[in-house]
Amino acid sequence: MKKIKNAAELQVLRQRLLAAQDPEQPVVRVCLGPGCLALGAEKVGQAFKSAIRSKKIKAKVQPLIKETGCHGFCSQGTLVSLSPANLFYVRVRPDDVAEIVETSLAQGKTVERLLYQDNGTSYRSAEEIPFYRAQQKIILKKVGVIDPRDINDALLAGAYQSLSKTLTELSPDEVLRTVEVSGLRGRGGGGFPTGYKWRRAVDNARKNPGPVYVIANGEEGDPGAFMDRAIMEGDPHAVLEGMIIGGYALGANQGFLYVRHEYPIAIHHLSIALQQARALGLLGKNILGSGFNFDLQINRGAGAYVCGEETAIIASLEGRVGEPRTRPPFPAQEGLWGRPTIINNVETWANIAHIIERGAEWYTQLGVPQSTGTKIFSLVGKVKNSGLVEVPMGISLTRLVEEIGGGVPGQPRFKAVQTGGPSGGIIPYESKEPFTDYHYHPSDSIPGRKEISVDFDSMAQTGSIMGGGGMIVMDDHDCVVDVARYFLNFLQEESCGKCLPCRLGLKGMLEFLDCFTRGQGAPEDIDALESLGRALVDGSLCGLGRAAPNPVLTSIRYFRDEYLAHIVEHKCPAGVCRDLITYSIDPEICNGCGLCAEDCPGACISGKKKKAYAINAAACIRCGTCQAVCPVDAVRVA
Amino acid sequence: MKKAPKTIDDILASYPPHPQNLISLLQDVQTKFNYISTEHLALICDYVGIPVTRAWSVATFYKSFSLEPRGEHEIKVCLGTTCHLKGANRLLEACERALGVAPGGTTPDLYLTLDTVKCVGACAEAPVVMVDQDYLGRASISSLKKQLKRR
Repeated sequence: MKKIKNAAELQVLRQRLLAAQDPEQPVVRVCLGPGCLALGAEKVGQAFKSAIRSKKIKAKVQPLIKETGCHGFCSQGTLVSLSPANLFYVRVRPDDVAEIVETSLAQGKTVERLLYQDNGTSYRSAEEIPFYRAQQKIILKKVGVIDPRDINDALLAGAYQSLSKTLTELSPDEVLRTVEVSGLRGRGGGGFPTGYKWRRAVDNARKNPGPVYVIANGEEGDPGAFMDRAIMEGDPHAVLEGMIIGGYALGANQGFLYVRHEYPIAIHHLSIALQQARALGLLGKNILGSGFNFDLQINRGAGAYVCGEETAIIASLEGRVGEPRTRPPFPAQEGLWGRPTIINNVETWANIAHIIERGAEWYTQLGVPQSTGTKIFSLVGKVKNSGLVEVPMGISLTRLVEEIGGGVPGQPRFKAVQTGGPSGGIIPYESKEPFTDYHYHPSDSIPGRKEISVDFDSMAQTGSIMGGGGMIVMDDHDCVVDVARYFLNFLQEESCGKCLPCRLGLKGMLEFLDCFTRGQGAPEDIDALESLGRALVDGSLCGLGRAAPNPVLTSIRYFRDEYLAHIVEHKCPAGVCRDLITYSIDPEICNGCGLCAEDCPGACISGKKKKAYAINAAACIRCGTCQAVCPVDAVRVA
Repeated sequence: MKKAPKTIDDILASYPPHPQNLISLLQDVQTKFNYISTEHLALICDYVGIPVTRAWSVATFYKSFSLEPRGEHEIKVCLGTTCHLKGANRLLEACERALGVAPGGTTPDLYLTLDTVKCVGACAEAPVVMVDQDYLGRASISSLKKQLKRR
């Protein structure tokens, strides 16, 4: 690869790449995103490659196989799209590949059984599918389209055009101004105005001349969230470009991509992207002949949720334990090695090039006034259509779960949605206290109902936060008390231990929840738990401790009855808490196959073949194995 | 691409001798040798110029570091929220029973380490189990058994 010396050469390269494209060449895009990868997509990709090699399709131009990032519709994986035919195949397995190659690539016909079907309708292409129709893909536009390991593919799709515009047409202050006017707020969960943060760093650097640093927070620790993973794996150059533009605006010449240890593929794809960008001169000295020097390095996280916190990342980069420190001073004032530092989330960085390309005005038209732009969500849990979605902010929560998510399988509505990870809360479908003081939508389908708007401020009003984008849908089989306990356990393990309210407070809160899930405790304990939670909010050093009570406090606020059922009635209505449930076999349904008895680790199931089996409740450890292996769904939990 | 480091000396030489490189050095040693031995920890400390207590503090703070030898293969059961809702705990217990080790433990023959991880980012296919670098989505005890037989 030859270094690009200036903006004109970049355009020449891009034109050359465009000219070399054959619009008639069939392209097969196999999704190797997080969801499909876990369903065996790698084998699908390999099957395509070897099928093309061996079949020798009679065509002037051989099909191109691209392994891409996340196409988004994870529950239908493995996803494969064909162009220019514009066919979208779902649930593709390696055994299906031969038929796709023969029918679609060689003969140009459709494999009907692999099309997405819902409610009797078959959908040929992705944009027709309801899951996709309500979305607006801007940040995710290239993800699932380009090969993330090939910078040429990214360039073809428009990567680095904004960088070129920035370095040739805009001053650093003009870039800064654009980001401020856009209203972009941090996408990692804090929702802090990005432009405001940048302005602080620039002011501080002017008072205190010296290096300025930029960092990408890729420590996406919220369980249930994989938005940043999809961006880093599927369109790494979006992050790089955003950081180079940011570096220019901020006067930074060095940046760091802090990527969590649990994302090795993201680290790999970012490494390739860095190498290729350097080879083309888009990173390094005198970028595009502008005189601006900037480079990036990757630092791997080492397995610590707390390192998603700004000052903990800085500590980690300095080779220390990931303990946050008090703020002020904020990183924009004194960050890495005491210098002004800007840390932004990966998705935030991925927004920058778009804002520069189309302008701040355009960006403010998306979303709602205090929450501009689009947001990527991972819509997962007990929802029919789970995967990655991008929507303008301000969509209603119900629309997100029901129209895009397709609702909860087997139940008329969701019980609650857990948003914002361990720092967030549990928002019910409806609550006794009406949702007021929020931005709201009148419901499309239910007269008089107010829907919660998914934007930073409305979500905060519920007691939860919008967070990084994890949206975990819960149904009637999920116990709110159990989920509250789960988060406390998580946070207690991840707490750095530096400050007392968090270190001891979480332990104390967890003890309450342990009791409740065992059916122990008294109603007054709920009030004591709330009080303890408020102490953590007031006294903790960092966001982990301050937000830790959110899941508990929201669960009590909206589901106090469920707590009382555990404590007073010793019942778990959802059938989850082990000490409060009993497993039994329905004798009407049991076919006497005996599989449950064979696999029961406690040997507490007895019976005779072809006759109904029975569980000895006293010996049962409620491991759930019998329910998992029963072929006729005869095991009941109550 | 840089050549993979062969020895502890190669690893040390690939970073400037400065305390800020402690974590990167620990990571490379963990990757290469599957754990961080007390000897290697001491060599790293001498190289970057920090007391062993500080390196020990860092090595025990971050979950990706192991001070005990790990097995040849690793099973990591994801305990993220979505996986939790879809029965990850029960899956983990089934693994414990099948392997006879507690989470974090390694079989006596150093063949398999059973561990947990809090979210690998494949949430739409919960519950997820990682077997070495492979992701197993919608995992069940039977699909896991099949995976284990292949190793």
